[in-house]
Amino acid sequence: MNIDSINNGIVIDHIKAGQAMKIYDFLELDKLDCAVAIIKNATSNKQGKKDIIKIDSQLDVDLNALGYIDPSITINIIVDGVRVKKYHPELPLTITNIIRCKNPRCITSTEQELPHVFKLTNREKDEYRCIYCESRASI
Amino acid sequence: MRHITSITDLSLTEIDQLIETAQDIIEHPVKYRDLCRYKKLATLFFEPSTRTRLSFEAAMYELGGQVLGFSEANSSSAAKGESVADTIRTVCCYADIIAMRHPKEGAPTVASQVASVPIINAGDGGHNHPTQTLTDLLTIKMEKGHLDNLTVGLCGDLKFGRTVHSLITAMCRYPGIRFVLISPEELKVPSYVKIPLKEGQVPYSQTTDLMSVMPELDILYMTRVQRERFFNEADYIRLKDSYILTPEKLQSAKDDLRILHPLPRVNEISTAIDADPRAVYFKQALYGKYIRMALILMLLEVKA
Ligand SMILES: [Zn+2]
Repeated sequence: MNIDSINNGIVIDHIKAGQAMKIYDFLELDKLDCAVAIIKNATSNKQGKKDIIKIDSQLDVDLNALGYIDPSITINIIVDGVRVKKYHPELPLTITNIIRCKNPRCITSTEQELPHVFKLTNREKDEYRCIYCESRASI
Repeated sequence: MRHITSITDLSLTEIDQLIETAQDIIEHPVKYRDLCRYKKLATLFFEPSTRTRLSFEAAMYELGGQVLGFSEANSSSAAKGESVADTIRTVCCYADIIAMRHPKEGAPTVASQVASVPIINAGDGGHNHPTQTLTDLLTIKMEKGHLDNLTVGLCGDLKFGRTVHSLITAMCRYPGIRFVLISPEELKVPSYVKIPLKEGQVPYSQTTDLMSVMPELDILYMTRVQRERFFNEADYIRLKDSYILTPEKLQSAKDDLRILHPLPRVNEISTAIDADPRAVYFKQALYGKYIRMALILMLLEVKA
C-alpha cells in the first residue's frame, strides 16, 4: 500500500503524537482485513509532531466517539481518491459501553448487564461522568 | 412522574415549597392525615438503616397511607441474585411510590430508568441521600427562621461525610451564607466539593480548631470522626477528642446557636449537651418525618 494515496477510506489526522495506538485499539483496527497505516511522529505545522492513521476502507463506526479520546484530531473521508469531507469529531453527549466505570462502589460493578454510560458534564474540561455513581471517567 | 435521586433534582423553588409544606404539616397535621389513603409506599432497603426506614414509614402512615417492603437484602429477592431493575419492575405492580436504600452508588438511577412509580433515593452507599439534606434544611429553617445570612460550621469528617457535601451544595445557593470547615488535616473537604463555593463566591474558612471559631457560629453541624478513616491509631487517638463536643467547648458559643447531627451519634457529642436547648439533633429526626411527608405528597401529586 502506498501510504500517500488512499482511494476509498479514512485518514485520521492531527492525532496527538503517541496517541495513534490508543485510537487503533479503540477502533479495533486489528480486526480489519484492509490496509491500515500508522504514521508516528510526523512533522506537523500546527502541532510540531503528530500521528496519522490511514485506513483503506470505509468503517461503519461512529467516529465522533473519537472526540472523547482526542478532540483535536481531524477526520478526512476519501472517496475515489478525492477528499469529500473533513471534520473535527464533536464531543459526544453520552458514550455507551466505550469505557467502563472503575468505581468499585458503583452499581455497575455488581450488575453485569447494565450498560456503562457516561455523560459529558464539562465540555471545556473534556469531562465525562458515570450516569450512575457520577465518578469521573478516565481512559 | 418524577424521581428524586439527588438533592440537585430539586430546584431552589421546589426545596422552598417542600419546606413550606412541611411547616404547614407541623401546624395543621389533621389536614394531612388522610391525603394518602389507599396509597402504598414500598420501602426497599437492600441495606439496613432502621432510622431512615422508620422515618419514611411513619411519614406514610401519618398521611393515611400504607407501607410494604423489606428491611435488608437477606430477606429480599436481591439475595437470590435478582437485579435492581427486576425488583423495581415487580414492586411497581404493588406500590404507588418507592423509597429505596442500596449499598451501591447509582442503584436508584437504575431503578428510576425502569420504574413506573416515583423513586426516592433513601441513600445509595456514600453517594447521595437527598432526604437527609432536606431534613437538615427544614431543621435550620424551623430553628433559625431563615436559610440565608448564616454562619454554618461543619465539624468532623468533612472528607467522606456525604451529608456534609450535599448540605454545602444545597446551602450555598442561599445569599449571605458563610461556611466554617472544621476538621483534622486528614479529613478536610475534598476540592471538588469546594467548586460550588468558589463558583458561587461563597465565603468559607478552614480550621482544625473548633474552640477558636465557636463564637462565630449560628449553626454547628457535627459528624462522626471514624477510626477506620485514619491510617494509624496514634493519629486517631491524638485527634478524636478535639472533635468531641462538650459543655466546656460550648461556653463561648452564641445563645441562639443550633447544633445538628445526622445521627446515629457515637461519642462525638457528649450526652451532657442533650438537655441544652441549642442541641436540636433529636428534633432533627422529627423534622425528617415531616419533610418526607412533604416529599411523598409532591411526588404523588397530592394537594392538601
Ligand atoms: Zn459508576
